[in-house]
Amino acid sequence: MAAMSFVISISVMTLFWGIVGGVVPWFIPKGPNRGVIVTMLVLTAVCCYLFWLIAILAQLNPLFGPSLSTDVIWYLNYHWS
Amino acid sequence: MSSLLRGEEMCLAQLFLQSGSAYDCINELGELGLVEFRDLNPSVNAFQRKHVNEIKKCEEMERILGYLLREVKKADISLPERDVNPGAPLPKHVMAIMEQLQRLEVELGEVTRNKEKLQRNLLELTEYTHMLRITRNFVQRTAEREPLQVQYEEFPFLEKDTMMDYSSMQRLGAKLGFISGLIQRTKIEAFERMLWRVCKGYTILSYAEVEEYLDSPDTGEPTKSVVFLISYWGDQIGQKVKKICDCYHCHLYPYPSSNEERNDVVEGLKTRIQDLHTVLYRTEDYLRQVLIKASESVYTWVIQVKKMKAIYYILNLCSFDVTNKCLIAEVWCPVNDIPTLRRALEEGSRKSGATVPSFVNRIPTNDTPPTLIRTNKFTSGFQSIVDAYGVGSYREVNPAPFTIITFPFLFAVMFGDLGHGVIMALFAFWMVLYENNRKLKKTRNEIWNTFFEGRYIILMMGLFSIYTGLIYNDCFSKSLNIFGSGWSVKAMFTAGVWKMEGIHGNNFLTLDPNVTGVFTGPYPLGIDPIWNLASNRLTFLNSYKMKMSVILGIVHMSFGVVLSTYNHMHFRKKYNVYLVFLPELLFLLCLFGYLVFMILYKWLVFSAKDSRQAPSILIHFINMFLMQGDAVQPLYPGQNGLQVFLVVIAVLSVPVLLLGKPLYLYWLHNGRHRLGMYRGYERVRRNSEEELYLLRAHDMEEGSSHSDLSSSGECQTEEFDFADELLHQAIHTIEYCLGCVSNTASYLRLWALSLAHAQLSEVLWAMVMRVGLKMDTTLGVLFLVPVFGLFAVLTVSILLVMEGLSAFLHALRLHWVEFQNKFYSGMGVKFCPFAFSLLPSSAEHEGLL
Repeated sequence: MAAMSFVISISVMTLFWGIVGGVVPWFIPKGPNRGVIVTMLVLTAVCCYLFWLIAILAQLNPLFGPSLSTDVIWYLNYHWS
Repeated sequence: MSSLLRGEEMCLAQLFLQSGSAYDCINELGELGLVEFRDLNPSVNAFQRKHVNEIKKCEEMERILGYLLREVKKADISLPERDVNPGAPLPKHVMAIMEQLQRLEVELGEVTRNKEKLQRNLLELTEYTHMLRITRNFVQRTAEREPLQVQYEEFPFLEKDTMMDYSSMQRLGAKLGFISGLIQRTKIEAFERMLWRVCKGYTILSYAEVEEYLDSPDTGEPTKSVVFLISYWGDQIGQKVKKICDCYHCHLYPYPSSNEERNDVVEGLKTRIQDLHTVLYRTEDYLRQVLIKASESVYTWVIQVKKMKAIYYILNLCSFDVTNKCLIAEVWCPVNDIPTLRRALEEGSRKSGATVPSFVNRIPTNDTPPTLIRTNKFTSGFQSIVDAYGVGSYREVNPAPFTIITFPFLFAVMFGDLGHGVIMALFAFWMVLYENNRKLKKTRNEIWNTFFEGRYIILMMGLFSIYTGLIYNDCFSKSLNIFGSGWSVKAMFTAGVWKMEGIHGNNFLTLDPNVTGVFTGPYPLGIDPIWNLASNRLTFLNSYKMKMSVILGIVHMSFGVVLSTYNHMHFRKKYNVYLVFLPELLFLLCLFGYLVFMILYKWLVFSAKDSRQAPSILIHFINMFLMQGDAVQPLYPGQNGLQVFLVVIAVLSVPVLLLGKPLYLYWLHNGRHRLGMYRGYERVRRNSEEELYLLRAHDMEEGSSHSDLSSSGECQTEEFDFADELLHQAIHTIEYCLGCVSNTASYLRLWALSLAHAQLSEVLWAMVMRVGLKMDTTLGVLFLVPVFGLFAVLTVSILLVMEGLSAFLHALRLHWVEFQNKFYSGMGVKFCPFAFSLLPSSAEHEGLL
């Protein structure tokens, strides 16, 4: 289950940013601004994907857990599944 | 796109302008804004240039226009709002404009002077009226009795009051004089004392204050005055009194000697004042009419005079060719615009009705042309922040198209808050929507102008901040739980690690990811929301953000190094790719790329099960340099060998970087020379190839020998100084290698600023908003309104403005130093075309328009 959600999220994000950075540039109409727009799309895709990837990889195998106060523990026990 | 990636190709051109059509041609060029003129008379003084008289005339007209504008502004007449763009006037129309302006100036001056005189007159008369009214009270008792008395010489009437007594004084034969007037209230005591001391009691001063504030005729400002009446007898005393009055700047008015005279004077004054009011009103009306009429055309004239002056400046830059009877101008022009330039010259010639057309001729040159990069309203903001560091050298890679995304991205990494990003984006969006509103565009507030010019930058920063805020899971310091947290508290209870009784009491318990079911997987979008509730939140976040900063930094820097290949390839210095780029990249990747690899490896391989043996990456990295691989447990088999290999490659690339290029160039210049061929043109650009071609052709005409050719050719190429080149390369090597380490550490500011922002945000919430939310419902509702107001003000001022500026500055620094010193030299000159729209008029300079 855990691996499943991880696989889903990673493939969704990779696909999404892959489309933004790799597929959409082919559809930008020719004009004086085509180069700038393509550069922007590719850079955005790379930056945002890398940023998300770092966030998820850092949490993949946590070496320690969060330290919660007892009130919070009590609350989470009842309210979060 | 090629225009934004690197500057346009420029060429030097000569314009041959017929004397008759020179003015019109330059007019056309000014409207189009195509070319930049070079000064062909640099040694000539500004006062000795050809068209200095015309420029003087223009400046005279500008002076008059400035005066007119100030008068119009004083009278609060609004200038016409429409965007007019009149063309420059022909020289024959200039006289007419000049005459009109001079006439207007004279008329305005006269009317203004008259008005001032009338006003002063009016004030004086008003003062006189007040004076008469008040001095009437001084002599009230005497005046009442006067008609009842019959003057008999033999029977003097004994008056009981000590004030003026005509008859008794007259009997004594002395002449009683009166001086009356007004003096400022602040001076009256000193005046009285002075009178007493000087005149030794032979004067009597009585005074009373005027109740209302009167406008003083000298200054026009309301002052408090005192009416005084001095009676004296004796001529000499009179002189002294007059001198003292002069000294104290009193306004003296004639004192009427009898009641009838006084009444007459008062009547006369009344009518005069009424007349003056009427005349003054009419004068002001007339003045206003004149100004309104002037204001209709003054705006057009300002622009016309500005254009004319600019054209004459340019004409002064040209040189006069006596043989062909035409003006020669040298201009920098983009190669793509030469046809437009030709058309403009034809148009100018046609307009002036010249028979011989003016034409343009491209000439080869060795000088470096200025850099032109065409931008639109979106890219101009980013281009300007790149140019603020340094304008790109001619035809070098422009970092601006990449800065459009990386700058807002790095800003957002440091700013990372969803709520703040939304506010910032909305603000920028509002500015963008209303960008054509004239009032927004043309305010004189410098700070607002700066924000407005950067509206697209702020919009991008806001949008990226929304994304990074989502990933950091930080919205006004609270986290969003969209997908359900990956950590489960229940699992700790079901596994028996925690007991229900154990959670009473005020302590902290840590979730253990080793227990089954506690950690169900990483949160799909960003940081898990449970960390916001944890007390050891910063321990986790710091480690994450530091590693993130290092990874982003190394990727950014590698990108910069890769961009330098564009420059090497474009300038046909292929050897640079092997001798400079490759060692640089190897050095960077072998050391710091390996660091990134280790970070990723640790994230992927080590989990809670072996958390005890989780290595410290920093220790491993340091040990790598010291070649002490045995000190700690290896991360993976073969780590030692790989690390040694990488360090060796990195260390070897340093001498290659240091010596490769100078040695190669030395071999190139000297080895080829010995072979007697003249091939040292590798480093000469295409433009000067033309020049060398011409030179070679010229030499061949003169019939010089082959060896002479090669030696002269040698002189024409750049002087190759080995020591100079070696020093330059040594500095570059040291800068690069040390820079790699320091720049990587410099990227840790991404972590530092994002931590500061998150903490400030949290403090603001805890100290301000939570106080309001914790209260009772009834009181809390009332209390919450000012609390929220305070929260909003502090959020905008501290978190948005202050932190925003701070993150902006640091992102800018990261770009200018860490990114651009890998490939950008920024030593060019910006192309400033001659365009009327870019010239501010002198009136705008003074802030009148």
